[in-house]
Amino acid sequence: MNNAVLHVSEVQKSFGGLRALTDIELQVEKGKTHAIIGPNGAGKSTLLNVCIGRLPPDSGTVTFDGHLITGRPPYEINQLGVARVFQTPEIFPDLSLLQNVMVPAFAKRDGTFRMSALSSLEKETDLRDEAEKLLEDVGLLQFYAKLASSLSRGDKRRLELAMCLIQHPKLLLLDEPTAGMSRHDTNRTIDLLKQIKERGMTKVIIEHDMHVVFSLADRISVLAQGKIIAEGTPDEVRGSPRVQEAYLGGAH
Amino acid sequence: MDALILQILNGLDKGAAYALIALGLTLVFGTLGVVNFAHGALFMLGAFCAVTMQKLLTLSTRVRDESITFFEAYKEVPYLESWLGDTGRIIIDYSVPLSILLTIPVMLLVGVVMERGLIRHFYKRSHAEQILVTFGLAIVLQEIIKAIFGANPVPVPAPPAVAGSASIGEWFGLGPAISYPWWRLVYLGFSLVILAAVFAFLQLTTFGMTVRAGMRDRETVGLLGIDIEKRFIIVFALAAIVAGLAGAMYAPILAPNYHLGMDFLVISFVVVVVGGMGSLGGAVAAGFLLGILQSFASMTEVKSILPGIDQIIIYLVAVVILLVRPRGLMGRSGIMET
Amino acid sequence: MVKKVIQKIRKAAISDPDFEVSTRQLPPRGPETKPMTPVDKDWIAIVAFTIIILAMPWWLQPLGAAYPDLMQKFAIYGIFALGFNLLFGLTGYLSFGHAAFLGVGSYAAVWSFKLFTMNIIPAVLFAMLVAGVLAVVIGFISLRRSGIYFSILTLALAQMCYNLAYSVLTPITNGETGLRVLRDDPRYLDAAFGTEHQGVLLGSLFGERMVGYPGFYLCAALLIIAFYIALRIMRSPYGMMLRAIKSNQNRMIYTGFNPRPYMLTIFIISGMYAGLAGALLAITDPLAGAERMQWTASGEVVLMTILGGAGTISGPILGAAIIKYFENIFSALNDSALASAFSFLPHSVQEFVVTILSPFVGEGWHLTLGLLFMVIVIFLPGGIMEGIRRTYRFLRGHGRGSKSQTDLQAAE
Repeated sequence: MNNAVLHVSEVQKSFGGLRALTDIELQVEKGKTHAIIGPNGAGKSTLLNVCIGRLPPDSGTVTFDGHLITGRPPYEINQLGVARVFQTPEIFPDLSLLQNVMVPAFAKRDGTFRMSALSSLEKETDLRDEAEKLLEDVGLLQFYAKLASSLSRGDKRRLELAMCLIQHPKLLLLDEPTAGMSRHDTNRTIDLLKQIKERGMTKVIIEHDMHVVFSLADRISVLAQGKIIAEGTPDEVRGSPRVQEAYLGGAH
Repeated sequence: MDALILQILNGLDKGAAYALIALGLTLVFGTLGVVNFAHGALFMLGAFCAVTMQKLLTLSTRVRDESITFFEAYKEVPYLESWLGDTGRIIIDYSVPLSILLTIPVMLLVGVVMERGLIRHFYKRSHAEQILVTFGLAIVLQEIIKAIFGANPVPVPAPPAVAGSASIGEWFGLGPAISYPWWRLVYLGFSLVILAAVFAFLQLTTFGMTVRAGMRDRETVGLLGIDIEKRFIIVFALAAIVAGLAGAMYAPILAPNYHLGMDFLVISFVVVVVGGMGSLGGAVAAGFLLGILQSFASMTEVKSILPGIDQIIIYLVAVVILLVRPRGLMGRSGIMET
Repeated sequence: MVKKVIQKIRKAAISDPDFEVSTRQLPPRGPETKPMTPVDKDWIAIVAFTIIILAMPWWLQPLGAAYPDLMQKFAIYGIFALGFNLLFGLTGYLSFGHAAFLGVGSYAAVWSFKLFTMNIIPAVLFAMLVAGVLAVVIGFISLRRSGIYFSILTLALAQMCYNLAYSVLTPITNGETGLRVLRDDPRYLDAAFGTEHQGVLLGSLFGERMVGYPGFYLCAALLIIAFYIALRIMRSPYGMMLRAIKSNQNRMIYTGFNPRPYMLTIFIISGMYAGLAGALLAITDPLAGAERMQWTASGEVVLMTILGGAGTISGPILGAAIIKYFENIFSALNDSALASAFSFLPHSVQEFVVTILSPFVGEGWHLTLGLLFMVIVIFLPGGIMEGIRRTYRFLRGHGRGSKSQTDLQAAE
């Protein structure tokens, strides 16, 4: 697999005495959607945290797009093209929705720091149009001037998705992107994520909702107790007896 | 060598005061989650309890001075002395230790009123707002004291029995140069007793255990079945009493003035941060450490190499420690980070 | 037409820091109410502000505050609070050591008078430079931490500066006596140009001595410039990033921003504002003392800012003026002044009122200040501007007819 965008290699991570990740090997191909599933506490979120630089791995490496990203600060990793939707929405509660989406757009355009202290926000019409377009895509345009703190949890999640998408990341990491959403909104989000797929963005998605997983994923890795116990196409994973036993068996 | 030991001794009593104030600060931090900028004012109030006690005991009446016979002379004699004679005089001499009897109820009252009347309403508000409102309170308290006792320091004498110096050097065969004021020795012992009492209270009683559990994990301790409100009042009052006692007994060492609290507050905050926010042991260790470092820095030998070091050593240490060990000496992660 | 209005409101939504749509409805109320864009509003704000400031000698007359020494103080502390607010209001980082920059600014300005010239331009520039350099050092250290740790680090570092100014740095600061301009100071630039100084040595601008009204107008002009720059910063993308840092620093990092340079730059800007204020203090009274750096002075600027309203543009200036005004009035009052003020009351009542009030005036002014501090934080954490906005909303919600947007702007 030479066109792997994300390459996680021999990653180990433990908290105190507790092993959270053991010898993780993961390759995500360009343009594909890779789902990571597994029971609670399997280490899924920890794995994503290692990928975006939130947690340093004890050993092992993460390579993204040819760059070694282990040990680099999160903002640099983001600048390389990795964006993430968190499990609990991380937005700017005191800014308007429009501003929420514009901030990441500035990061994409201006880099990690730019002192544009005397220019006016008014003049950034291109970024504003783009932000409005994204808000429209996620169905939040009518609230664009509201404070983000006033949104429901599901709406915050969609806002966060818009904030990630405006950066046109090469790799999008989604941590349960539909948790807390109604069926209707979930389906809309699936449609949205499918559209992104058409644009060729690579995605890693953690999800409990098997409906979402099987409608989106090209490949699935199953994580249990910090180890990858199975990997393959959705059909292979569905058929694997080990997976049945560790995860699907109990739940479905 | 003698000078070194002398400086350690000198640092100890200052360190003891820092430790006592910082202990209360960090206890309130850890339990109530409140940043109390008025904590130094509690120390100052304690010191003025000693002043008040001394003034009360020496309330005087004018009596005929019998020693002067050729004209009518009068002299001021404290009521206590005129009523009780020598016993009265002894009571007056021991006004500072006796002031503990006044300090405890006063500080208990102040602590409870402060917690119920003000601090309680700030549990849910930001740390910035907590800092601001307690800063305002600190100004109010010190101005009230200034209005009552004036702007000048009010000296309070230690009991004459312990007025001199102890020749500690001779006790340990270290040479006669090492002598140490008796009262400071008393203060040191007193502080250690208080520290031991507080730690025993926290370690050995069920209540203390819930408090310590609460400092470790504020959310879940509500499940342990002890009324949170009650716990908060008791902890705050305890911190106030400890600070007040530290202040009352410190009065003979440093004549109290109204801005005493502010002076000690800044340093105590530094102590808490150096020790690690929310760490009781850290606060005590850092208190003594900084007290001793400060007195080392004021040695002439040190000052001749690094002029002015005595003025800034504490802050310098704080900065270095915060940069090298961001959580302080014994701190844990995630406290007061936002 | 309607579409244009929508677009204008949209514009408002991204750049107006105080914009909240809950009170403004979409679609717009009607074509006859044309909300102005923030750019228009900004110009109105600046022009209105300029007029208000320059006209102070007239409209402060009835308040008994229309003399240059006091108005000068309003302007100087306005600049100080404006700069403090750029840090605290935008990013939420509460510095408890801002007085250090004020004090250092004063020392630098006096040294400029001593070494170079009595002209104030080098003094101002030198003061801002020195304060900026100090801000780099203090900011570099204290910005490594956030929250309460940041407050304590700034407090500790400022306290360190204060202690140094009193001890080792006495050759530079002249210790407790304070640093003064002396007749036999070298003043190399003045000497080179053969400028002579007669009478009391005072800062001057091209021969005009900065005392009385010229002094006030100098401070007022600099306040207006400082106001304009602060407004631009608050409305800029950079300002939005600072708000974003306050709102959610974590998201900032995972969004590709490095918050450190943002924080450091605004800390330096804020420090330079304080340095400018310090320089103006030294210009209007060529004396610099360490007490200006004490942490109670840092507390005072915090109070000014929250009293007016942290995060608003004109709140801190208002807060500074109110505090300086009342300091001036209250600290000058004494019992006999109180007695004459309440002489219309029956004698026994008058005596009672005077007894009640006397601890709060004169020497007791700080008591009033502390109480004010507590009352504001407890009851009106948004400060006076928040109070005005609430009143305005209340009036607009209950009163009939629509007030134009300029009213809101004027309130700001």
